[in-house]
Amino acid sequence: MKQSRRNFLKFAGLSAAGLCIAPTAVMASGGSSGGAQYEVNSNHLQAKRWAMVVDTRKLNTEEAIEALAETCHHIHNVPSIDSNQDIKWLWSGTYGEVFPEQENNFPSEAQEKRRFPLLCNHCEHPSCVRVCPTKATFVRPDGIVAMDYHRCIGCRYCMAACPYGSRSFNFMDPRPHLDMDNINKKFPTRMRGVVEKCNFCVERLAVGEMPACAEESGGAIVFGDLQDPDSNVRKALRENFTIRRKPAAGTEPGVYYII
Amino acid sequence: MLEKALKGGPKYWAWIGFLLLIIGAGFCTYIGQLQEGLTITGLSRDVAWGFYIAQFTYLVGLAASGVMIVLPYYFHHYKKFKGMVIMGEFMAIAAVVMCLGFIIVDIGQPQRMLNIIFHPTPNSILFWDMIVLNGYLILNVVIGWTCLECDRQRVSHPSWVKPLVYTSIIWAFSIHTVTAFLYAGLPGRHYWLTAILAARFLASAFCSGPAILLLVVFVVRKITKYEPGKAAIGTLTTIITYAMCVNVFFFMLEVFTAFYSNMPGHMHSLVYLFAGEHGHTELVPWMWTAAIFAIVSLALLIPPKLRYNQKLLPWSLAILVIATWIDKGLGLLIGGQTPNPFNEVTVYWPTGKELMISFMVYALGALTLTFLYKIATDVKRETGELTTED
Repeated sequence: MKQSRRNFLKFAGLSAAGLCIAPTAVMASGGSSGGAQYEVNSNHLQAKRWAMVVDTRKLNTEEAIEALAETCHHIHNVPSIDSNQDIKWLWSGTYGEVFPEQENNFPSEAQEKRRFPLLCNHCEHPSCVRVCPTKATFVRPDGIVAMDYHRCIGCRYCMAACPYGSRSFNFMDPRPHLDMDNINKKFPTRMRGVVEKCNFCVERLAVGEMPACAEESGGAIVFGDLQDPDSNVRKALRENFTIRRKPAAGTEPGVYYII
Repeated sequence: MLEKALKGGPKYWAWIGFLLLIIGAGFCTYIGQLQEGLTITGLSRDVAWGFYIAQFTYLVGLAASGVMIVLPYYFHHYKKFKGMVIMGEFMAIAAVVMCLGFIIVDIGQPQRMLNIIFHPTPNSILFWDMIVLNGYLILNVVIGWTCLECDRQRVSHPSWVKPLVYTSIIWAFSIHTVTAFLYAGLPGRHYWLTAILAARFLASAFCSGPAILLLVVFVVRKITKYEPGKAAIGTLTTIITYAMCVNVFFFMLEVFTAFYSNMPGHMHSLVYLFAGEHGHTELVPWMWTAAIFAIVSLALLIPPKLRYNQKLLPWSLAILVIATWIDKGLGLLIGGQTPNPFNEVTVYWPTGKELMISFMVYALGALTLTFLYKIATDVKRETGELTTED
């Protein structure tokens, strides 16, 4: 009896210790799937401040933007939900929707016809980050506004704060709205009750790839380091007239539009 | 003293049973929400905050309103409020319970709620709102309970209560100021982006809160014969009248700023609420009802002859409560998010399930209030206090 009680206590103690250590050990090993995930490798791209320049002279039709959105949504496992509770990382809008405070009464024909790509602006002073009560959304040192889906409590304060309507909330479980046989297994799916948005393809930068929309745009979207005077982004900004969305909000967006 | 809440007549228990029934039904709906997510609500990508958060905002005002009794009583030694002080404090407790309830039902991942404490983020106003709301709850529980217990024992209140009371008076202003800051600091939401929002919140709280409190006290008086004192009711009504005047005045300031400046962003929400935009006029009848009721309530409260008419008073107060509820418990939240950042209108309307869950939270508050008021009135009756009209 005495022996068995001692054994039980030993077992219980070891189990408790194991339970404490196990999660750390699992995390340290980088998850169970090993090479299937995006892991930072020696090719990873770095910048002081990532930014994007969209040439709307080249990229301006609903179909062209929709094609980019499809790729983006596919690699990030963004579900397609046919309601106003949908999730959008990249989509298109008219000039009036994208630049509501800079609309003219007599717009040019080109401007009237064009559609403009919309995405998270990865602001320098993001109001979503300022209001988040759990640091679930944060600015990385390279200027990317990122999300920790596991930290998010779903209060949706960031959605109220974002002047660009760039954030989506998983009102429902997104998985039934995904083609589960055809998802990107390298990128996580989300659960209901958390906020998500465009992440400037941070997982692709980590393995030396450009954001999917920039790669597929045929040169219409330029992506690079805003702090580097010799970068392609700075070259595009130097040579063209660009505007940003809602400058009055003071958030300093990282997405520029050549009109 | 808790045992007093467990003794009551059949009517008392029927009321408790009724509340428990609503709580039960609401809780079943809430389980459904936990399983399916907030998709059961009428919320959308564009209107991400709705009925739950609007009720939270409105009830913070009810919680803060107790200070309109506590402040004259402690700062100005207005002794006629003696019978009302405990009512105000206990109302604040029930109101904060409902506020916290509405926050919990609104968040998408409630099991992660404590992340607000595990990862404290002082740059988020929600963090400070959590601090002030819970602080106010604790303050009122400690103060209310201690004072009532002392009254029951017929001993004077301990000296350490005084500093807590003074803290709670200032704290009451903070809870509604901080709640206003939740909205007022957001770029791109012009209806909320106004320096006067906190002041508007306080003005609206100090008329609607005491009005609800008085209506509840009238019911309590009818049931228990507990008489808080005619003079106290009269003074509180005067306070309500002044606060409502200020509330309406502050709203007119918003209207002037928006329309004289002619700034589209500042006008859009008001136009949407009162005239409709892009063919959407869902809120127009509501907002005009609020505007007309606000004026009618003032017409019934400003002339002293009508104000002190005890028969008319409950109606005047009810009209005032409806007006302020539509303004803050419906229009403020929807107006702030409509039109959306793309200048489009997405219609939001709460679903039946959303309302059912809201009724659960309201019933939870009513249950808290019933228990607390039962205890308070029983103790007051025992001590023979204020059973006769003064």
